[in-house]
Amino acid sequence: MKPPAFEYVVAGTVEAAVRALAAAGGDAKVLAGGQSLVPMLNFRLLRPAILVDINHIAGLTFIEEHEHEVRVGALTRHHQLETSPLIAKCFPVMSEAMTHVAHLAIRNRGTIGGSLSHADPAAELPMLALLLDATLMIISSSGAREAAARDFFLGALSADLRPDELLMEVVFPRLPADTGWGFAEVARRHGDFALAAVGAILTMADGRIAQARIAMTGVDETPKRATEAEAMLVGQILLPALRDAAIDAVRGAVTPNTDLHASADYRRHLVGVLAGRALDDAWRRAGGAPA
Amino acid sequence: MTARTIILIVNGTAYERTIEPRLLLADFLRGDLGLTGTHVGCEHGVCGACTVLLDGDSVRSCLLFAVQLNGCAIETVEGLGTPARLSPLQEAFREHHALQCGFCTPGMLMTATDLLKKYPLATDDEIRAGLSGNLCRCTGYEHIVAAVRAARDAR
Repeated sequence: MKPPAFEYVVAGTVEAAVRALAAAGGDAKVLAGGQSLVPMLNFRLLRPAILVDINHIAGLTFIEEHEHEVRVGALTRHHQLETSPLIAKCFPVMSEAMTHVAHLAIRNRGTIGGSLSHADPAAELPMLALLLDATLMIISSSGAREAAARDFFLGALSADLRPDELLMEVVFPRLPADTGWGFAEVARRHGDFALAAVGAILTMADGRIAQARIAMTGVDETPKRATEAEAMLVGQILLPALRDAAIDAVRGAVTPNTDLHASADYRRHLVGVLAGRALDDAWRRAGGAPA
Repeated sequence: MTARTIILIVNGTAYERTIEPRLLLADFLRGDLGLTGTHVGCEHGVCGACTVLLDGDSVRSCLLFAVQLNGCAIETVEGLGTPARLSPLQEAFREHHALQCGFCTPGMLMTATDLLKKYPLATDDEIRAGLSGNLCRCTGYEHIVAAVRAARDAR
């Protein structure tokens, strides 16, 4: 399996990249880490006329701390997120989840912008963007726009990103104090795509849940938020009956596929078990009293 | 498609070649440079046999185009040691019988080189998780884990 022929364009700046994408009239792909794109080229699932290499653009690789948010450049590699002290401090759920992303050789190369743009329905980063209410900064030759992560993922391998647009930066709002997190994933083998994975974030006030966020991946056409489960947790204590009801709501929020790796029924069962574990960890880390 | 001339530093030697953009790094190393120690298994980033170091970091050479890497430094298994003078990691693989047919070995060695640099590898579970992106169809992995464990202790 060898890739089809293409013209190779090195973009030295964001402006040059979006100019090249616009000039290609929809027949170009952005080459970032290439960890999903190149397999698709090797399989000839894609035959773009042009690849626009953005790896030489200075200033797209950063993890920056701001007062209200952390901003991550689109070219930031998975291994940088995995090992960043700033990410560990602000979003430990991301540090943990990143260790589940593929293998070191893939994490050395793959980028956050690439993973979000590719929108794999079993990947961790789209789920994290949803869980953390990220905002995506997108640019094209006709201007810049912002997209909320919750609106960005349209379907399996389908995102709200035109062929002439480039995802430049991801903005993660900082979490409040008294917040705990949990992450649980099952894959057939460490580093494989998740059969199911769940991230949970609980913020406490006066011993009760003030804000709840639960996101799932691997169990639907896109990563999902369990909005019904989140709503029932607010104002409550994580007692066993409520925990069971939240798990049921998580299972009801997803439409998993049956494939070679697992049946839809198994995935639906699994996502509930994992949601329970993630909620338990989030509750404990947020300082919730043992039930 | 427009051919390009690139310079790559492979195992400390600079090579200048004119290539098609679609040429994968794995095929560049094997075909253009004759460095056949890097093995090609799946060609879609799953088996790990083609793993090399790019500026010190392990990468799949089947998921990179050589044309992207003008001026970069690549290290392949040929750069680790020679039959007469094995590297400590290679010696650990020999000592612990960590190979049978040898097809996965170059990728295992390059992956383990990067793992030993970046992770504590304190437990066998951590070693196994680190090696999980490299497939071996002979050994059942036990001896490969043992070799990496020994290399960790000697680190």
